[in-house]
Amino acid sequence: MKSKSKLEKLLESGHFAVTGELGPPPSADAEIIKKKAKYLKGCVDAVNVTDGQTAVARMASWAACLLGKEEGLEPTVQMTCRDRNRIALQMDILGVAALGINNILCLTGDHQSFGNHPMAKGVYDLDSIQLIKMVKDMRDEKKFQCGDEMDVEPRLFIGAAANPFADPFEYRVFRLAKKVAAGADFIQTQIIYNVEKFAKWMEAVREKGLHEKVKILAGVAPIKSVGAARYMQTRVPGMDVPDAVVERLRGVPKEEVSREGIKLCVDIINQIREIPGVAGIHLMAIEWEEVVPEIVEQVGLLPRPQLS
Amino acid sequence: MIVVQQKPLDRIRQMIADYDKILILGCGTCATVSFAGGEKEVQALASILRMADKAKGGGKQFLEHTIKRQCEWEFVDEIEPMVKEVDAILSLGCGIGVQAIAQRFPDVPVLPGLDTCFMGLPQEHGLFSEMCAACGNCILDLTAGICPIARCSKSLLNGPCGGSHDGKCEVSPDLPCAWQLIIERLTKLGRLRELEDIKPPKDWSTSAAGGMRTIDRSDLRITSQDATPQGHEPN
Repeated sequence: MKSKSKLEKLLESGHFAVTGELGPPPSADAEIIKKKAKYLKGCVDAVNVTDGQTAVARMASWAACLLGKEEGLEPTVQMTCRDRNRIALQMDILGVAALGINNILCLTGDHQSFGNHPMAKGVYDLDSIQLIKMVKDMRDEKKFQCGDEMDVEPRLFIGAAANPFADPFEYRVFRLAKKVAAGADFIQTQIIYNVEKFAKWMEAVREKGLHEKVKILAGVAPIKSVGAARYMQTRVPGMDVPDAVVERLRGVPKEEVSREGIKLCVDIINQIREIPGVAGIHLMAIEWEEVVPEIVEQVGLLPRPQLS
Repeated sequence: MIVVQQKPLDRIRQMIADYDKILILGCGTCATVSFAGGEKEVQALASILRMADKAKGGGKQFLEHTIKRQCEWEFVDEIEPMVKEVDAILSLGCGIGVQAIAQRFPDVPVLPGLDTCFMGLPQEHGLFSEMCAACGNCILDLTAGICPIARCSKSLLNGPCGGSHDGKCEVSPDLPCAWQLIIERLTKLGRLRELEDIKPPKDWSTSAAGGMRTIDRSDLRITSQDATPQGHEPN
């Protein structure tokens, strides 16, 4: 084992993994984290704690990870290159490992212009691929990016993101291969609504044998309203929401849209499970954590396996 | 070239408020090509400032002059007689011009009439785009002659990120994704495989934010000018 990660153990023993997501609040409110953690506990194997998602200033991911851990979650710290140079990144990597956080998701980060401080200076000293490599070298070579050696390495299970829906499509598998070569142990994809396109991407992934080198968790999320679907379709960069999805939600009475959104998510998960090479799902019920138990139950993935 | 644009008029009027006799100094090179600080723009700005001053009761005097380059001593020297007569200089040069004048004339306030925006290319009449970030360590050989440092919104070396859509950057639908352009060009050149290598973290020590960068070509220097400010070598 590369780490003490429960997620690594599960994936390595061949279980179909379920990971969740928890967004820290734009405040110092620890209670919100505890509340969200209650919905997720026991339903997912690990929980990604976002790092200033959409470039909005929020409670630090590592701190919210620690609060989640106290509530019994297995946290995955998300770390972006937007706000930290290589010095700060390495300090945080050592810190989270010392706090007993075992998983890390390495991201470039949403551009600062999307958030509530568009006048901020972006850092981007490294990109996500360089970050993955740096964490791997720290863990496996006990080396800082500069080459200096350390006594105690951060034993982290290294994750990366992949977006099968961004352009150029032909390059996307190529980029995944780069992330794997850099040292990614697991991948969490962008939210999938276009299952057909995802299946095509997975086909290319299998052709390159990448699914055997890295654990691929397919990103899924329930949609709460027609407005949310439209927003994702038109406004969120890198998202692919087919018209059929919007139409399906439009096709039911208003009071039933959120129910239909949950059903849609369940259907997508069931379709994804049929695709060879998918090692699990990453369920992102952002600000809708209370539906996680229901969704995981409906797709027959409860109870979660307990590993000693 | 260095691309510049004029500051808002209110800001310029605020800057000159305390001075009575002001030299508006144009620059005949980049600022002229940028249509922001050449002879014509000096003239236009002077007329506007005169009118605005008149409306407020008048009293200010504006001198107009344009030199070939504000970043060369030879040309800066020629304005010395004029400088002696004025309270302040409003430079319509880039930040280099403003500082050259400040260094050359320590007793006279010099004010920036322009914002220095970027190093870029005049794509067509009236359209300028950024091309170089002066990182001090050129990698254009690796990126098909398209600079991701200056042209990718995240300066990625292993791009494109997940925000590239229809050839555009996630930051703006008007902004071409530099990595899409790099991939297209490498494909055309039959060199796409080069992107398979992971580009290591960049050495930013040659870039900005390390204090003033200086290149000292001692083989070319005629006199030892101890008074010249020295910065660090970029390499």
